[in-house]
Amino acid sequence: MLAFAIRRVVLAAIVAFAVSIVGFGLLRLSGDPAIAMAGPSGTSADIAHIRHEYGFDKPLPVQYWNWMRRAVSGNLGDSYYFRMPVTTMLEQRLPITLTLGVCALLFALVLSLPLGVLAALRPNSWMDRVALTLSVVGQALPSFWFGLMLIVLLGVMFPILPPSGSGSWQHFVMPTIVLGYYATPAFMRLTRTGMLEVLQSDYIRTARAKGLPRWRVVLKHALRNAIIPVVSLAAVQFGFMLGGSIIVETVFGLGGAGYLAWESISRADFPTVQAIVLVYSGFYIVLTLLADLANAWLDPRMRG
Amino acid sequence: MEPVAITVSDVAFGPTPARKLLRRIAAHHGFILGAAILAVMVAMALLAPMVAPYDPNHQDLLHRLTPPIWHAKGTWAHPLGTDQFGRDYWSRILFGAHISLMIGFIAAIISGLIGTTLGVAAGYFGGKIDAAVTLLLTIRLSMPVVLVALAVVGLTGGSLSVVIMVLGFLLWDRFLVVTRSATMQIRKTGYVTAARAVGCSTARIVLSEILPNIINPLVVVITLEMAHAVILEASLSFLGMGVQPPTPEWGLMIAESKNYLLFDPWLIGIPGTALFLLVMSINLLGDGIRDVTAPEARN
Amino acid sequence: MALLDVRNLSVDIRLAGGELHGVRDVSFTLEKRKTLGVVGESGSGKSLTALALMNLLPHAARRAAQAIYFDGVDFCRLSEKEMQAVRGNSVAMIFQEPMTCLNPSYTIGDQLIEALRAHRDVSSTAARERAVFLLQKVGITGAAHRLRQYPHQLSGGLRQRVMIAMALMCGPRLLIADEPTTALDVTIQAEILHLLVDLKREFDMALILITHDLGVVAHVADDVAVMYGGQIVETGPVEQLFERPLHPYTEGLLACIPIPGKTRPGEPLGSIPGTVPTLIGDTAGCTFRNRCSHAQPECASDDVALVRTADGRSYRCCLTPAQRAVR
Repeated sequence: MLAFAIRRVVLAAIVAFAVSIVGFGLLRLSGDPAIAMAGPSGTSADIAHIRHEYGFDKPLPVQYWNWMRRAVSGNLGDSYYFRMPVTTMLEQRLPITLTLGVCALLFALVLSLPLGVLAALRPNSWMDRVALTLSVVGQALPSFWFGLMLIVLLGVMFPILPPSGSGSWQHFVMPTIVLGYYATPAFMRLTRTGMLEVLQSDYIRTARAKGLPRWRVVLKHALRNAIIPVVSLAAVQFGFMLGGSIIVETVFGLGGAGYLAWESISRADFPTVQAIVLVYSGFYIVLTLLADLANAWLDPRMRG
Repeated sequence: MEPVAITVSDVAFGPTPARKLLRRIAAHHGFILGAAILAVMVAMALLAPMVAPYDPNHQDLLHRLTPPIWHAKGTWAHPLGTDQFGRDYWSRILFGAHISLMIGFIAAIISGLIGTTLGVAAGYFGGKIDAAVTLLLTIRLSMPVVLVALAVVGLTGGSLSVVIMVLGFLLWDRFLVVTRSATMQIRKTGYVTAARAVGCSTARIVLSEILPNIINPLVVVITLEMAHAVILEASLSFLGMGVQPPTPEWGLMIAESKNYLLFDPWLIGIPGTALFLLVMSINLLGDGIRDVTAPEARN
Repeated sequence: MALLDVRNLSVDIRLAGGELHGVRDVSFTLEKRKTLGVVGESGSGKSLTALALMNLLPHAARRAAQAIYFDGVDFCRLSEKEMQAVRGNSVAMIFQEPMTCLNPSYTIGDQLIEALRAHRDVSSTAARERAVFLLQKVGITGAAHRLRQYPHQLSGGLRQRVMIAMALMCGPRLLIADEPTTALDVTIQAEILHLLVDLKREFDMALILITHDLGVVAHVADDVAVMYGGQIVETGPVEQLFERPLHPYTEGLLACIPIPGKTRPGEPLGSIPGTVPTLIGDTAGCTFRNRCSHAQPECASDDVALVRTADGRSYRCCLTPAQRAVR
């Protein structure tokens, strides 16, 4: 298990390095930070001056190296627009995004796990069909549209929740629902498929032959084995939620890192955008790593 | 003690595979529903220039914010009403279908080509090529797609072609995974070894042995990624980083009408419903194809 | 009174192509502390019969019986909850595939203790002690250590022993073993069988042993029931059945195996031509007639009833042995 863990960590580091290069390259190729910094009224002399002063005239690999070097020691540069260190801004904004992500993940799991289990226990029943229909509907509903509709419904028509802002926990309710519902179909289908498969196993038959009550057979014996792939999916989905939260935060005016990303892109604020891409990728990589390790640990066959 | 005759094989007298397939399709409600809605959408998209009663960008400020036909004040002149600039919504929806379907389709094709090439190469050659492709996949999967797409499109300047290219170059991961594992499975069978023993070139083996057998899962993934691309591009446009106004794009239409949410909800309701129906029909069709061609893959 | 009295048990399974009559009108009895060997090839319905006794049939299967008396209680009238109190408690069952019969995510000890605590209100310490005791009884060394191991750390033979121990945790009066040795090495098979016989004696149990292997039956059983096509085609005490089979199928089976002392070297082994018929849809007449060398036109008409002989045996054939010998 230890050897496995070490291998995975090394791989993760390599991938992180590669992703940082790709991210940096993509962004730099998309636009010219000197032009962005100079603003709409900048002359070509201004631009050339900025290019020289900030080192944009150096070769790209050198620029990357300088940036990465500083990033690793915690200096993610200064935002052009806010004139603040990006690290400080992220420290303020990231917790909101992460909180939203965790809440959305929990919401999705709380909704989908019981549905998946029930659907598997009664395949092709009305419950199963309802669950599958919800799943199809959920995947087709664009999150920004759903968000707007929820705002109208719960924020304006029956004003029980605040339509925007990030002051209190109530501000997180609708964003959680909008961010979480999209992952629900995937979890539900995975749980259902996993349970259906596991329920056919010989060891479930053994458990029933021992005279165990149904609920214990399902929850203790079946779910324990069916849930192993759900853990991996949870990590992956959390990563997607980081991305999806850009949309949700923007619709609901929630001041997290996603909203910051959108603002920064609108303003061509390169350092901020670069930093957020790096941080998000870092999260993805760490999450995948944790999921792999958790997977290995959950399956006793891999632990020994 | 003569041996007893075995029952006559079903194959000789039973329905042909094609007819069995048609029968399965007819019984699969999701497939039919998805195909029907999608056919309507495609028709709308293809016929938009001919069928739209108005130029979607034509502004008629005297008749702005006319409600749709099911309202008391609706008129048949504008069956789906007009927006805040007096542009006919029905025409905008038609052209919006055109744009969404085009982006979805082309992006899916591009990513399909990339992903399939990589996947088949990795699955067929194995070894170092497989390791390199897998590393590439891991890198791609570690990148936040929405953020990167938003950033690249936003920084480059939103336009139709940029959106298509960015999505095409980001959405190939599932194609790779599916074609790679399918190719590896085929490689394990005797067909490939036999073909090589006979002296077939790699290209011929790929074309005649591998491709026909990965078509099934590939078609399913194409539909999935098409739906994915449609939602992504609508989201990008909604955030202002996709196609630019005054293009009649459904996500953009929703963004532009945000402020009229309460009093003129159809401005958001109609394009949202259109998006929902399009994505749902593609997904239903994809699920249906999977169920109908490989029912064992289900459950 | 017999320990187990099964009357007219039938199992039908809903399939896409029709209704499969997996078990057709099966009746038999079992006395306390006796061993019944149920013999038949794949598809004869022997496993379905066992599952039907415990009501562990798959979802699409339906059980119908006049009665299933176990120690005076009719299983057919018990609710699922009452049946759960019986399973693993007074009637236990072990299955064919020891490799997959244990939950891979829990330890051996956990699964053994669970089997006892589901039916008895005992402390976990007492349950542990019983688990250790039984593991030793089934011949597993280092029992206390084994409790902490996971199934994947044990070989197939060991896992089957664990399954047997688990079945005995509550001291059942009837143990049903469905092909317990088929998936094991030949050398281990004999050990497991001897183990079952010893345990049966020591724990005062009755045993139903389901197998396709006549050799196993000859070794272990007191009485035999031969199944074919979902029906019982012959029953009787084991020595008499082997000496003088009353049904053409049993004759055929015995002719297929070399019997030391009887089969002459160089002599070709017998075989039964044809294949098992499909049990889907309507079944009329004797199921065996397509493969029987004595088949008559009468064999194709209505179902053949079970004929009981004077000395407590039974067989299902239109013709008596005497009549068959003549033709």
